[in-house]
Amino acid sequence: MAYSDKVLDHYENPRNVGAMDSEEESVGTGMVGAPACGDVMRLQIKVSDDGIIEDAKFKTYGCGSAIASSSLVTEWVKGKTLDEATEIKNTAIAEELALPPVKIHCSVLAEDAIKAAVNDYKKKQGSEES
Amino acid sequence: MKRPIYLDYAATTPVDPRVIEKMTECLSMDGNFGNPASRSHSYGWHAEQAVETARKQVADLINADPREIVWTSGATESDNLAIKGAAHFYGKKGKHIITSKIEHKAVLDTCRQLEREGYEVTYLDPQTNGIVTADQVKSAIREDTIVVSIMHVNNEIGTINDIAAIGELTREKKIIFHVDAAQSAGKIEIDMQAMKVDLLSLSAHKVYGPKGMGALYVRRKPRIRLEAQMHGGGHERGMRSGTLPTHQIVGMGEAFRIAKEEMVEENQRLLTLRQRLWDGLVSLEEVHINGDPELRVSGNLNVSLAFVEGESLLMALKDVAVSSGSACTSASLEPSYVLRALGLADELAHSSIRFAIGRFTTEEDVDRVVETTRIGVKKLRELSPLWDMFKDGIDLSTVEWAAH
Repeated sequence: MAYSDKVLDHYENPRNVGAMDSEEESVGTGMVGAPACGDVMRLQIKVSDDGIIEDAKFKTYGCGSAIASSSLVTEWVKGKTLDEATEIKNTAIAEELALPPVKIHCSVLAEDAIKAAVNDYKKKQGSEES
Repeated sequence: MKRPIYLDYAATTPVDPRVIEKMTECLSMDGNFGNPASRSHSYGWHAEQAVETARKQVADLINADPREIVWTSGATESDNLAIKGAAHFYGKKGKHIITSKIEHKAVLDTCRQLEREGYEVTYLDPQTNGIVTADQVKSAIREDTIVVSIMHVNNEIGTINDIAAIGELTREKKIIFHVDAAQSAGKIEIDMQAMKVDLLSLSAHKVYGPKGMGALYVRRKPRIRLEAQMHGGGHERGMRSGTLPTHQIVGMGEAFRIAKEEMVEENQRLLTLRQRLWDGLVSLEEVHINGDPELRVSGNLNVSLAFVEGESLLMALKDVAVSSGSACTSASLEPSYVLRALGLADELAHSSIRFAIGRFTTEEDVDRVVETTRIGVKKLRELSPLWDMFKDGIDLSTVEWAAH
């Protein structure tokens, strides 16, 4: 199966690989997918006091397209507000990486990972306020 | 550009140069191009002679009578002819067929077709080591069982079934026993005088012969009857019509002759290489062999590299031509049905690689593959959240995943 140059680039040089302390107040963690389906993504965002995503890290178990999709969104969410980040659509990810139809689910998973990370962060903030 | 190292010999093999030479002698005006069925001139007679020499070479490898060999287009056709042919011919005796869940698709899909025609099929689960035992077959046999089809060697995990033991059972009950031997011929001994197998599918291209060529062994004593699937000029004693492709047949014959001559020596060499490959991989943590470690053909090493997804590993192994049991390239995202049937945990089933070494594999090839694999696995585990969790001592089977 032929991969696009962008997928190959992200696969060869994944951006922002790593982990953050998920206990920390300013960190939101999103873990989506399942080993049974062949892909699991963990996306973590660090949010500044004024609500801007200042850092993002990922780790992904999955095919090259899954790795590339999650690597790409760590780049995209940085510098965005939470609302802006959740507006990132899987179609934009799929288009940017030129994913073939059978790999569209990888971009869907990446979109889900962003939402999950943002929700996790919001939940933490909410429970703190209450 | 340098081509990848070929470690996919279970998928197909290159044609041995000695085979190519024989084949090219059967094509041109100056060569042996006649129709073996032509009775009226020497072109036909010579071609027929070449075909019969090849028939003997193929029969010799499995210790059979040349008259028991029927030429086909490959093991898929042989499987179809054997199973449908026997089921249709003996359909009045019963409608029950026994096979296993890890057969090749050529067997499984043929059985599905027979189910649509009103036959009933029992699909046996293999043991966790990939073996289908005679006892399992025995307990599945019914009054109306007419055909048992069990493969000799599995194509993905290389495990060897005890077909001699199964043959004893089926013969006693007068049930037709078909064996798909595409992955075993030329790799392990097959003795049709000793084994009570009635029908045996053979392929040329797994044994350094040409693609598009195969054979079906059809036992004469006791005589096994088949309903033809291909009708026409009545070639191959009416069991498979169609002009015989002399060059293909001669290629298969020569390939099988070489296999018989060199099998023992070649197996020793392959075992040494496979051990070298395994020694290189085993020190990576969490490497598991799929299928029985002993009861397997010498060229096959199917391993799961836990917490690394198969397709991404194939990308890391871009300089190596191997197969992954994980079929993530299909829309279904299902891991191999063979590994599934072994009861492998999901993360292991998605993490498998089949290394299949063969006649032209060298020590240097193996060393390079080991190095590439080690680098790839380490890199991907660095990327893997599952590896993190494993290292933190989390049992993945206890995690609630949001399946998608």
